Amino acid sequence: MMHSARERAGWSIAILVVLLYALIPVAWMASLSFKPADKLTDRKFFSGFSTDNYKTIFEDDTFLAALVNSIGIALIATIISIALAAMAAYALARLNFAGKAVILSGALAVAMFPPISIVGSLFDMWREIGLYDTWPGLIIPYMTFTLPLAIYTLSAFFREIPWELEQAAQVDGATPFQAFRKVIVPLAAPGVFTAAILVFIFAWNDFIFANTLTSTNEARTVPAALAFFTGGSQFEQPIGAISAAAVVVTVPIIVMVLIFQRRIVAGLTAGAVKG
Amino acid sequence: MAKITFDGVTKQYPDGYEAVKDMNLEIDDGEFMILVGPSGCGKSTALRMVAGLEDITDGELRIGEEVVNQKAPRDRDIAMVFQNYALYPHMTVRENMGFSLQLHGVDKEEINKRVEEAAKILDLSEHLDRKPANLSGGQRQRVAMGRAIVRDPSAYLMDEPLSNLDAKLRVQMRTEVARIQHRTDTTTIYVTHDQAEAMTLGDRVAVMRAGKLQQVDTPMVLYSQPKNLFVAGFIGSPSMNFMPATVEGDTIHLPMIDVKVPRDLRQRIGEIDDSKNLIAGIRPENFEDAALLGSDARDRGATFKTTIDLIESMGSEIYAHFTVQSDQRLESDELRELAEDAGITEVPGGGGEGDVVARLSAESQVAQGQEAELFVDASHIQIFDPEDGSSLTAER
Repeated sequence: MMHSARERAGWSIAILVVLLYALIPVAWMASLSFKPADKLTDRKFFSGFSTDNYKTIFEDDTFLAALVNSIGIALIATIISIALAAMAAYALARLNFAGKAVILSGALAVAMFPPISIVGSLFDMWREIGLYDTWPGLIIPYMTFTLPLAIYTLSAFFREIPWELEQAAQVDGATPFQAFRKVIVPLAAPGVFTAAILVFIFAWNDFIFANTLTSTNEARTVPAALAFFTGGSQFEQPIGAISAAAVVVTVPIIVMVLIFQRRIVAGLTAGAVKG
Repeated sequence: MAKITFDGVTKQYPDGYEAVKDMNLEIDDGEFMILVGPSGCGKSTALRMVAGLEDITDGELRIGEEVVNQKAPRDRDIAMVFQNYALYPHMTVRENMGFSLQLHGVDKEEINKRVEEAAKILDLSEHLDRKPANLSGGQRQRVAMGRAIVRDPSAYLMDEPLSNLDAKLRVQMRTEVARIQHRTDTTTIYVTHDQAEAMTLGDRVAVMRAGKLQQVDTPMVLYSQPKNLFVAGFIGSPSMNFMPATVEGDTIHLPMIDVKVPRDLRQRIGEIDDSKNLIAGIRPENFEDAALLGSDARDRGATFKTTIDLIESMGSEIYAHFTVQSDQRLESDELRELAEDAGITEVPGGGGEGDVVARLSAESQVAQGQEAELFVDASHIQIFDPEDGSSLTAER
C-alpha cells in the first residue's frame, strides 16, 4: 500500500506519542532504580548512578524468597495449565461431543469472573484446609483463570491446523501418536508458546491472590512482597529498592516476549494448504 | 497394485444422512477410474472410505482380495492426494516426499534415491530443500503428487487434486497426471466434479448423484449412450439440450420440427404410446448451419428456420442460442431435481419457452437477431422418459 508523505508523518507522530505514553513510566522506574539514595527526589531523569538499590534487594531475604516463589509458582501453574489445556483444546477442536458448547461457554464464564469476588471466601477456605500461605494455595486459584484462557487460545489455534494434515500423515503410514508428535506438535508450537506466555504473565503479575492468600516468605510472590519493603532505616523511603525490584520482575517478561514473539508471529502454517 | 471392490458399500452419518447408498463398483488392477458428480453426491466420501478416513456403515470394501473395512489407513498401502494438498508446512519438499518412507523404516539412502527419482519425474529437483510456503500452487500440487508416487503403493486416491489450480495449469497438470498414471500403471481412483477432467483422464468414469452410482462406463459410451437424464445433462459442455417431444410411428415431434427417426433408433425406443409426453435430448453439435451441409448429410435429419437470439464465438466454433416454443407441459419433480443437480438452468418442458444451444462450424454466417436455417441430426437424438428420467434410446 502506498502512503503519502503526510500520512506517514501523521502515523509516525501518533506512534511516537503512544510509545512515549507507554514507556516513560517504565523508563522513570528504571531511572529511579539506579539513583543513589540522596538523589531520589530530585525529579531528574539522570542524576548519578548507583547499583546500591539492586544490592539491597538481592541481599534481602524477603525479596529473594519472593523471587523464588514467583518463578516457581508461575512456572508450575503454566506447565500444568498448558498440559491440561492442550488436551482439552485438542478434543474441543477435533471432536464433536455432547456438551462441547457448554464447556466452552463455561470456560469463558469462569475467565470473566472478577477475582476479587472469590478472594474473601478462598481466604477462609484455604485457612480451613491448610492451603493458606502455600504454593498450591496460589497455583490452584491461578489455574482457574489460566486454564480457560489457555483452552481458548489453544483451541482456536488447533482449529487452524488443517485436519487434512493429520489425515495425510495417517495415510502416509503414521500411527495417531506419530501423527500428533511429528505433524501436529511442531505446527502447534507457536500456539503453545503464545498460550504459555499469556498464562505465565497472568500468574507472574497477579497481586490480589498473592497479597490475600499469603502471609510469609513461604509463598509470597514478588508483587505482594514489594508492598512489604522497608528502607534502610525507619526514616528512609524504600522507593529505590521498590523500583529495582520492579525492574527485576519486569525484565523476564520483556525478555520472554522478545524471544518468543518471532515464534508467535511466524505463522508456521503458512503454505500448508492452497495459498 | 491391486483391484479395488465396493460390495454394497453404504455410508450413513450419525444424523441419518446417507452419503453413499449401496455402492457396487469393481476397479481393475491398474485401471484409472474417475468418480464424478455434482458437489454432495458422495464421491469424496466413497474415496475417503477407501482411504480409511471414513468408517463404512454397511457392505464390504476390498483392496486386492482383502476386506479392509476395519483396517487403519496406514495398513491399507494406499497413497492419497488431497484437494488442498495437505503438505506438511514445517518440512522441506524432500522431507514431505520422504515422510512416509521414513515412517515405514526405509533407510536414508534409499529414501533419498527414491525422492530424487520422483522429483526428476515431476520437475522438482531444484526445489527439494524449499518449504511448501515458498512454492507456487502448481509446484505444491506436484509435491503432493510426488509424496504419493515415491511410495509405490497399491493404489492412488486423488480427491479433486487439480481444482485449486488456475484453468491453464489445470489442463497442463491433467496431462501430467495421465502420464504418471500410465507410467506407474497403478490402480487409481480420481474424484472430480469437472466432467471435462473425467472425460479426458479416465479409463472408465463412474457418474454419481445423491449417493448413487448412475452409470459406469468408458467416456465415449457415457457421452453417446447416457442411461438417464442426469448423465446426459452432466456429461458434455455445453450441456445437452432438452425439449419436450412425442413419438408417433417413426416420426419424432420436436417443438421446432418433426423429424423422421432412423430405423435402429426407432427400434431401440420400442413400443410407445402416441400421446405419451417424452423428453428429447439433442447435443449442441448435432445441429449445423444448413447452408454448410452436404446433400448426403441432409438425409440423416431435417432443417428448420429459427431466429438466433445470441451468438457466442469460440474461435474454432460458434455457439448459437435460439428459443423453442412448446405448449406441451411436462411436470415432474424428478425432472426438476435432475436438472438442478446437473446444473442445467433450463428445465425442459416447463411449458412455454426453452433455450437451445447449437454448436456450429466457425464458417457459419448466422447472425444475432436474424433468421437462420439450421439442420438437426436425427440419428443422435436421445429420448428420455420424464417419469424416472431413464433413457429409451440407450443400448441395454
